[in-house]
Amino acid sequence: MPDRIFSDRTAASAPSNRLVVLPFGKSVEIAYKSIRVRFFRSLITTLSLVLAVSFLSFTDVSNDVANGMLASDSAGLRQALVRAGYDLGPEAKNVASSPKQRWILILSLLVCTVGIVNAQLMAVTERFREIGTMKCLGALDRFVLRLFILEAGMQGLVGSVAGALLGAVFALLAGGLRFGGAALQQVAMAHVGASIAAATGIGVALSLLGVLYPALVAARMQPVEAMRVET
Amino acid sequence: MSNVVRVSGVTKSFKLGKIEVQALKGVDLRIDRGEYLSIMGPSGSGKSTLFNMIGGLDKPSTGKVFIDEVDIAQLDAYELAWLRCRKIGYIFQTFNIIQVMTALENVTLPMIFAGLANDAAVQKGMKLLEQVGLGDRHSHKPFEMSGGQQQRVAIARALANDPAIILADEPTGNLDLTTGEEIIALLKRMSQERGVTVISATHDFKMLNVSDRVVWIRDGRIDKIENREELSISIGRIGARE
Ligand SMILES: Nc1ncnc2c1ncn2[C@@H]1O[C@H](COP(=O)(O)OP(=O)(O)OP(=O)(O)O)[C@@H](O)[C@H]1O
Ligand SMILES: [Mg+2]
Repeated sequence: MPDRIFSDRTAASAPSNRLVVLPFGKSVEIAYKSIRVRFFRSLITTLSLVLAVSFLSFTDVSNDVANGMLASDSAGLRQALVRAGYDLGPEAKNVASSPKQRWILILSLLVCTVGIVNAQLMAVTERFREIGTMKCLGALDRFVLRLFILEAGMQGLVGSVAGALLGAVFALLAGGLRFGGAALQQVAMAHVGASIAAATGIGVALSLLGVLYPALVAARMQPVEAMRVET
Repeated sequence: MSNVVRVSGVTKSFKLGKIEVQALKGVDLRIDRGEYLSIMGPSGSGKSTLFNMIGGLDKPSTGKVFIDEVDIAQLDAYELAWLRCRKIGYIFQTFNIIQVMTALENVTLPMIFAGLANDAAVQKGMKLLEQVGLGDRHSHKPFEMSGGQQQRVAIARALANDPAIILADEPTGNLDLTTGEEIIALLKRMSQERGVTVISATHDFKMLNVSDRVVWIRDGRIDKIENREELSISIGRIGARE
């Protein structure tokens, strides 16, 4: 490959020889604006995630409440738990999700991931032309990949934080209503915080997992294919 | 002088199930720097296919396309992206303005890809929008603009990185008569002021008046190539026929 190709312009104006770039900050800006413009669609995409994550966080924080009550060593609170249907042996020091509960949780997260994949595939199809245009302007595959992953990451973060907080608030409210304010005073806030963080982390991870395949489809698309699609 | 574009023995066939459609059946073409060239032909004759080959958007089945004497089939993904970004400006019938971006953001995007700093890109983008007569529209989104205005944005965007070549596929196809004329005049002015080579596939006869050369293609082959001087005769004939 002769090195003189395109030399007339490279020498004059591009120190970063013949390399197209998209700075990270600019990617974030584009991804953010893209979400804002398509706010309603982004909301729909995120909604199933919000629900699944809030369910997860609700379950975990409910357990935190019960564990706080157990840790208080108060016979009354222990009785209250047993009356509420918690399956406690005489020596039990903590409660954990039952296998059935865990199974439902996993199922809900799975359904949510499939929902994300589906929604993101549709988003990619809707944006064929936009992707093709960007490629005609010189975008590399990985620019497109990065934009989609950033968008999903932002949506995932916002949706997961909202879902996790929502679930936690409901679990605390429910605990307060069932067992009274005395029970809530025993709850270790550090545990609740950890549950919220874990639920958020899982939500973001699922959201990224869900976008991976659609983003790859988008990134690999040839500009001609993208342009031929009638809109 | 070397040719800015050289097409040599290019064929292109598409497989549609078992049938093979030959869209191009051997095209040879040399295009000089600064030329305003129109590719004319009936619908389905292969104009868009040739456009995609010259623009590096699709690969020929056989034959070669050279841009500045470089065989673009030899370029890797990075070099190809660079070529699309810096060497060629594309204009489409459907404008293809990125819907979620403002006019200015559309024009600056290729400059960002080219590595220009944001401020410099914005400054140059504003100047380009002024040159196409849209200085006051820079913060508008495409859906707030008419077709003609969108096509002006597309022209400004195509010029963003001072390309050597502007490729336009039916740039006036979706525009009314007067707006089409304005767009053609704008393209011609840009080609004269900047020395850009303009290659435009079209079946719009308004394009003939400004063209230095017209390539007539028919059924995947070049039918004839006419220079400006010979054109008036053809136009006369067309006028007589219609
Ligand atoms: N991706 C494709 N798959 C199959 N056939 C194709 C494809 N693209 C083009 N063709 C065929 O190639 C031929 C030339 O098409 P092309 O789009 O180049 O015509 P055109 O001259 O641009 O027509 P128009 O003026 O209508 O835009 C047509 O017969 C078309 O059906
Ligand atoms: Mg066409």
